[in-house]
Amino acid sequence: MSAGFKGMDVVSIRDFSREQIEHVLKVADKMVPIAKGEERSVLLEGYVLGSLFFEPSTRTRLSFDVAMTRLGGRVLGFDQPTGASVAKGETLADTVRMVDAYCDVIALRHPQDGAARLAAHFADKPIINAGDGAGQHPTQTMLDLFTIRKEKKDMEGINVVLVGDLKYGRTVHSLSEALAMFGAQLTFVAPPSLQIPKEQLKQVDSMGQKPKMNSSLQDVVADADVLYVTRIQKERFPDPSEYQKVAGTYRIDLDLLKNVKRDMIIMHPLPRVGEIAPEVDRTPHAKYFEQAFNGVPVRMAILGLVLGGLK
Amino acid sequence: MKEFKVTPIRNGTVIDHISVGMALKVLRIVGVKDDVTSTVSVLMHVPSKKAVWKDIVKIEDRELDPKELDKIALISPNATINIIRDYNVAEKFVVEVPKVIKGIMKCPNPGCITNKDEPVETEFVVESKKPITLRCVYCDRMATEIAENLR
Ligand SMILES: Nc1ncnc2c1ncn2[C@@H]1O[C@H](COP(=O)(O)OP(=O)(O)OP(=O)(O)O)[C@@H](O)[C@H]1O
Ligand SMILES: [Mg+2]
Ligand SMILES: [Zn+2]
Repeated sequence: MSAGFKGMDVVSIRDFSREQIEHVLKVADKMVPIAKGEERSVLLEGYVLGSLFFEPSTRTRLSFDVAMTRLGGRVLGFDQPTGASVAKGETLADTVRMVDAYCDVIALRHPQDGAARLAAHFADKPIINAGDGAGQHPTQTMLDLFTIRKEKKDMEGINVVLVGDLKYGRTVHSLSEALAMFGAQLTFVAPPSLQIPKEQLKQVDSMGQKPKMNSSLQDVVADADVLYVTRIQKERFPDPSEYQKVAGTYRIDLDLLKNVKRDMIIMHPLPRVGEIAPEVDRTPHAKYFEQAFNGVPVRMAILGLVLGGLK
Repeated sequence: MKEFKVTPIRNGTVIDHISVGMALKVLRIVGVKDDVTSTVSVLMHVPSKKAVWKDIVKIEDRELDPKELDKIALISPNATINIIRDYNVAEKFVVEVPKVIKGIMKCPNPGCITNKDEPVETEFVVESKKPITLRCVYCDRMATEIAENLR
């Protein structure tokens, strides 16, 4: 089965079976010492990653860079389209075809939905979707799963509370599908205007576990094994005072954490803007910085697998 | 005894059992415009044995190509195609909703990459036939508003 990874595009988490995801997580685990710099590797020596970021994303871009570099490979590309031929009106198809000829694998971040699938259509080399519009961001989902698996060992039956912007938040949808596939019990907490879309809820429901919905975090936090927090964007609210009210209701602080399980973990895809009080960083619950680090071994695993350097 | 509300055609195509209200869209699909050079009759809101009401389009000296048939199937999955030769129905078949739809519709998601100037055909997978629901292969978004998005 793992032989099947070589040359594979990583466009959507839906392209992966449960076994394949488990394999990626297992390989990622082996990458941790290299990701930390405790061990050196030349596994991908001579390979080049084309890193096409049509939209800024410091975290994702840096972790792809580091992942490739730590495995002995090199990175070329751009971190914003200005200056690139794209700014002169070149199609994505043409940019991809050109970079395809220079590189062995391409990581793509793009503002348009479906851009990664289109790139995969034109490239012979594997495309790794680093986030396309409101669409998919599969490596984020994998690193989220990796973090939960690392902290909780088994995902079957654990209580995961997802809070924040569940309507537009791109990471939440694919993560909730993947978690449901692994048998986690999901609770969606959001104000009614930002609750998880019906279609998405149905999708999760069809995968086995009956998801729950709530508008109050206080009501559900005591039972949580994982609290996954996402950003609530100001732009979603026509009325700024409404935003303040909502943002305040879902803020994670020490007070909220009084009655939680001792080993409950808090995750956040970062950057945060006030959803989690800084005082929470010092508690053993805070796992968001580890989570951000986990992007490196997970992306190493994916790069190694699609390039065939890892099995 | 046959009763015709319109003149019978010698050779051509009768598109029968069109979902009521869709006749004008069918005309657009088959490319009937002001400069038409063969006889075209359109019957709208006709009593139907199968559905209560239906529309019918009859086109002289013309057979339909597969893309046109796919489009008709999408907006009117029960339409029948009758090929008329020498005044008689020589062939009859029900249109068929294809599994994959390429190029004949634009993605209703304005943020979809296929709505930018990219050299690519749109592509949809039929997720459900009743009601017809398509999923864009690129942006993954579901589409049910078919007629508005046909090109
Ligand atoms: N020569 C013709 N000119 C114009 N219309 C025709 C001609 N022959 C048949 N039709 C039309 O084509 C359609 C199909 O004809 P057919 O004789 O098969 O009717 P039917 O048995 O009612 O078919 P169905 O079961 O599909 O409704 C009908 O709408 C009929 O009016
Ligand atoms: Mg009849
Ligand atoms: Zn689309």
